[in-house]
Amino acid sequence: MTDRILLAHGSGGELTHRLIEELFLQYFGNPTLNELYDSALLKINGQRLAFTTDSYVVRPLFFPGGDIGRLAVCGTVNDLAVSGATPLFVSAGFIIEEGLEYETLKKVVASMSEAAKEAGVLVVTGDTKVVEKGSADKLFINTSGIGVADERFHLGYKKISPGDKVIINGTIGDHGIAVMTARGDFGITLEVKSDSAPLNQLISLIADDPNVASGVRFMRDPTRGGVATTLVEVAEKGLLDIVIHESSLPILEEVKSASEMLGIDPLYSANEGKVLIIASKDAAENIVSLLRTHPLGREAMVIGEVKEGRGGGVFLNTTFGTRRRISMLTGNMLPRIC
Amino acid sequence: MNLTSNYRSRDLVQRTAERLHKLASKIDGRLTFMEVCGTHTMAIAQFGIKELLPKTIRLVSGPGCPVCVTPNEYIDHAIGLAGLQNSIIVTFGDMMRVPGSSSSLERERSKGRDIRVVYSPLDILDIATKNPSKEVIFLSVGFETTTPTVAAIIKQVVKEGLDNISFLTANKLVPPALEALLNGKTKLDGFLLPGHVSTIIGGKAYLPIINKYKIPSSIAGFEPVDIMGAILELTKQAISGEAYLSIEYSRAVTMDGNTKAQRIMEEVFEPIDAKWRGIGTIEKSGLKIRDEYTNLDAALKFSVQVEETKEDKGCICGEILQGLKDPPECPLFGKRCTPKDPVGACMVSQEGTCAAWYKYRRVEHDR
Amino acid sequence: MCLAVPMRLESINGDVGIAELGGVKRKVGLTLIDDPKVGDYLLIHAGFAIQKVDEKEAKETLELLSKVVGRIDL
Repeated sequence: MTDRILLAHGSGGELTHRLIEELFLQYFGNPTLNELYDSALLKINGQRLAFTTDSYVVRPLFFPGGDIGRLAVCGTVNDLAVSGATPLFVSAGFIIEEGLEYETLKKVVASMSEAAKEAGVLVVTGDTKVVEKGSADKLFINTSGIGVADERFHLGYKKISPGDKVIINGTIGDHGIAVMTARGDFGITLEVKSDSAPLNQLISLIADDPNVASGVRFMRDPTRGGVATTLVEVAEKGLLDIVIHESSLPILEEVKSASEMLGIDPLYSANEGKVLIIASKDAAENIVSLLRTHPLGREAMVIGEVKEGRGGGVFLNTTFGTRRRISMLTGNMLPRIC
Repeated sequence: MNLTSNYRSRDLVQRTAERLHKLASKIDGRLTFMEVCGTHTMAIAQFGIKELLPKTIRLVSGPGCPVCVTPNEYIDHAIGLAGLQNSIIVTFGDMMRVPGSSSSLERERSKGRDIRVVYSPLDILDIATKNPSKEVIFLSVGFETTTPTVAAIIKQVVKEGLDNISFLTANKLVPPALEALLNGKTKLDGFLLPGHVSTIIGGKAYLPIINKYKIPSSIAGFEPVDIMGAILELTKQAISGEAYLSIEYSRAVTMDGNTKAQRIMEEVFEPIDAKWRGIGTIEKSGLKIRDEYTNLDAALKFSVQVEETKEDKGCICGEILQGLKDPPECPLFGKRCTPKDPVGACMVSQEGTCAAWYKYRRVEHDR
Repeated sequence: MCLAVPMRLESINGDVGIAELGGVKRKVGLTLIDDPKVGDYLLIHAGFAIQKVDEKEAKETLELLSKVVGRIDL
């Protein structure tokens, strides 16, 4: 293992996974944690609850389609929702750099309040710390969330089997590109907005329909590291292979163009309003139709399927009939000239 | 017309593949074509081109990744400069993870050095004007596609009288490398020539080599149709025993190339002997900033402690870059050297032969 | 090397211009090419225009290849 923590350790890819496996699991390991689901599923006095936490350090604080506050609330709500739980309560911890403009903090908090209302959750506890100038980059937020497990869902890596379909509710890579652009490092301008949104109501639509709810095997929101990284995680944990079809991937024209210009792959770009659903072949089409009735699922698509395999193999069928392997993100996504 | 999507036509790609398979029966033994462009290595891997080719056509990657052929010393030097109190190192993204003798720019950034990634040399000017008390040092690496862009910026720096910008250069030239390859041990039946380098230097730059060595050559673009079309062209030449230059990428490449860019490059840079990682020194294959612009040469402007160069003994990047061996033949490949923990540049650069092979080849094994 | 994409030149401001591809815009250097005009398709590498893209040639290359490999319609 490395002797210093690199930015890449936080990018959600290979190094992040190694850090978790080699350090955190070594010291904290227990059956619940070891599953590394988006939320921990706990049983307390007979009631199944879901509990999750996430920290937000995005730069810049405000970007088209959202801000750090919205991300913080929606991200935690989504971690609960994709674990098959109804999100109820969130906490909000702030680490503020001395000198941050009050107006900025106010805007962020207002945005969090709005997002919480949209999601139907309450901020029930919080914390505030201020650190000296230079000790934090303007503002860091941690949110934790609690929800009640929705017994209509039966999810888990072991539930996934060959033949199951992979579904996404809309265009991929929007958030990552929007933030990269907003940072201004690469001088490109485009209209892409972050897709940051709470997904619990969209997912409830599925839970409410008994015919399809029973067909859902697994869900995850493809945040850092993008769709590619999430699929590799699932394939590795589920000991199966996954094949996705390039022609089925919903991608915004601008995201495609920006990716080509900079030499990056939208499959690795973060999403904050998307859920990958793995469902039985029979339920898949109905799930897609159901998703499409909701504003957050208008462009839902079946993008691939699960196959028998040694596990960990994710493959992309290109638009001209060839196949290439998708690996986990190594290092940060950087633009290239080559 | 949509310039990209038509060049990704599935039908055209498939039909070209079929035609190649038909021709394959006429091939005596096996044909080996070399591409010398990192972007081609990437594109071939991304589009799964090798899958479409008959077994009798073998594609190898040459030293076309400027990042891969940059010696350890350069990275070490850049790291030394990053250690200066008031420096801002500005680089293309490609260089961030390249291992030097003991560290990389990425690791140095984690230690607090001011190292920034840009997409364009144009962006250096902004950084310099916004940080007048800092020394902005640009890591100029690349072939003839990129060199004119740096030359243009160097001229602008002089024109605007900005005195806090300098350049650490390791730019290289493609034709001398081609000649070195043909003089070396690699057995080649054709070159897939780099489309964008050729946009600048023109088809004329390759004629002396093609005439001397009689090697089939095709300047190819980067879309699947471009690459397949060029391979088809090379195969036809090889089978018929002919050897000439074909420009498949005619929408961007002419025989003369971009003479304005060539002039600007020549105004600012002059050829010198240069060391190619793993290959050794190739005569007149590198570029150095001319005397008139010498005050912008970071190697001369600053004096820094550079650590002693260490190369990993097991790494055979050099032989891989020359197409003499395939990645699996390297003792470190997939074991000590993986994309997550790269030893040599062939693995670290996304378009390095080993990195592309590592990701792509596993498809074959897993089927 | 080298990643370059064709982009449409939207506006010119001295030595630089704004080029556009599929909704994405970026400032580009124009000093490496002769006589850029708004509406030209330029090959952009590292934020500089390195050549004009010849649409006629683009079309001809495709037509020629499709004839060679026996495609009926484009």
